[in-house]
Amino acid sequence: MRGDGISNFREFVDRLIANRLTLAGGVVVVSLFLLSLLAPQIAPYDPDEVDVKNILAAPGRQHLCGTDDVGRDVFSRMVYGARISLKVGFVAVGLATIIGVVLGALAGFYRGWVENVIMRFVDLLLCFPSFFLILAVVAILEPSIWNIMIIIGLTGWMGVARLVRAEFLTLRERDFVIAARSLGAADLRIIFVHILPNALPPVLVSATLGVAGAILTESALSFLGLGVQPPTPSWGNILMAGKDNIEIAWWLSLYPGLSILITVLGYNLLGEGIQAALDPRLRTRS
Amino acid sequence: MIVFLLKRLMAMIPMLLGITVISFVVIHLAPGSPTDMETMMMPKASLEAKARLRALYGLDQPLHIQYWNWLRRLVKFDFGDSFAPDRKKVIDKIAERLPITILINVLSLFMIFLVAIPIGVLSATHQNTLFDKVTTVFVFLGFATPTFWLALLSMILFGVDLQLLPISGIKSMGYEELSAIGKVLDVALHLILPLLLSAFGGLAGVSRYMRANMLEVIRQDYIVTARAKGLRESVVIYKHALRNALMPVVTILGLSVPGLIGGSVIFESIFAIPGMGQMFYQSVMSRDYPVVMGGLVIGAVLTLLGNLLADMSYALVDPRVRVRHEG
Repeated sequence: MRGDGISNFREFVDRLIANRLTLAGGVVVVSLFLLSLLAPQIAPYDPDEVDVKNILAAPGRQHLCGTDDVGRDVFSRMVYGARISLKVGFVAVGLATIIGVVLGALAGFYRGWVENVIMRFVDLLLCFPSFFLILAVVAILEPSIWNIMIIIGLTGWMGVARLVRAEFLTLRERDFVIAARSLGAADLRIIFVHILPNALPPVLVSATLGVAGAILTESALSFLGLGVQPPTPSWGNILMAGKDNIEIAWWLSLYPGLSILITVLGYNLLGEGIQAALDPRLRTRS
Repeated sequence: MIVFLLKRLMAMIPMLLGITVISFVVIHLAPGSPTDMETMMMPKASLEAKARLRALYGLDQPLHIQYWNWLRRLVKFDFGDSFAPDRKKVIDKIAERLPITILINVLSLFMIFLVAIPIGVLSATHQNTLFDKVTTVFVFLGFATPTFWLALLSMILFGVDLQLLPISGIKSMGYEELSAIGKVLDVALHLILPLLLSAFGGLAGVSRYMRANMLEVIRQDYIVTARAKGLRESVVIYKHALRNALMPVVTILGLSVPGLIGGSVIFESIFAIPGMGQMFYQSVMSRDYPVVMGGLVIGAVLTLLGNLLADMSYALVDPRVRVRHEG
């Protein structure tokens, strides 16, 4: 299994690139990374710089995507907003993945009452409309970027847990696990060194799709005024200003939404592509 | 079937209890109590008045007693009174708004299934063709588009620029004077945009699931057999494969309930639709604890019911499920 690692990986990458939609998704994701990394170099203005003479200016040569209701350059704010989206996506999904992997692994490995308790808790949390839960908690705590990331993570791990448990249920009966156990390996070693690496591919898929979901949730929260608080620019809160000026400034609504759309689409296509590349059954017969 | 149903209902009881515990814990994470809000509005309120408010709401009791009292009333569907100035009963508030949200969600689910199932089937039978790719991009676009953004854009286009559709509320000003048919048409006109938007967003889930199921089924031995005995391709696909691929899709019904209810917060706030979602948002903003708790509990109970419904329809279409659970 290990020896084939490199050629397997190359085959995997080949398959990934072969699908044009997946490639497009990958390009979007990588560009977004570069955009947030190079934000100070790319943004033509300081995102907080107020230009009183140019309030709600339409897109033009001076301001590529126009200005907002206090005269800030929308394009620059969107470039910096990409940082927020990226950060929320990764921290929230990172947290959800860690919780989901650990609880799912424990449930799938130990079975019995451990599994019962964990999985019933998962069922229970899945009953709540997660947006209700998130809204309630965000409103109770101060809405801040850290709170949002943590809450989105805390309400998003259940799917991962189910996934990892299912993988563990089949993997724990496999020969290499039995071999490790008969050699006297400790439980933790079997879980993390032997089983977990084999259970990770589907987790990677769900994490990629999860980033898209987290970015959407953050923007919806910011749009409702319960997310990233101004003056910190986020795509969602630029859209909030768009709603307030809906009849005069279409550019405030159009561009940030388009950025969200492209980003989320990119992550989804990439995730779907990874899944297809990993699943031999879905591979096209050539 | 009755045994199956009873077993399912019994299994719901511990879930219901769990739901109430989680709702209660979430609301009591709050560092600022609702009485702080009220006294902030009236800075002259004395300490004594503050204490009275706390006692009135039962907030001075220890947590477990508060929970017990709340739970005892909950059994009688008494969620307490709203903290808002109108002091309405929470259950009345919810009862007023729930039908609207349910109506919208049922209609949009219906539209989703109507469009997504054919898309899923056709893109599976025509895997990797142009049709498959175009619909894949289309449903992913729907999934990736922030609903609230599309809502904004369509409000600008249809409401402000073209003035074709109403963009706020579910009834026109002169609703009461309209005839019965006029009333229905009026509500329908108000619901067009919200319905189309929420259905667009939900297409991806069902159609991709349908596609995956169909791809799985087409590879089964019995399909090979059907083809081998010379059946026409259309019979193989629409009679043998479709029926089997359709069954698991029923479970999606139950799974999509929480998402739909959660999503209603967003478009109900944007389109000013007086449903559960809007109520929840407003009560969250004003820290109206009893309404928030009521909303959380009812939202979760609806999900449970959705799951129950999905389980039952699954048992209806697939006898194997019934037998396994009764045996």
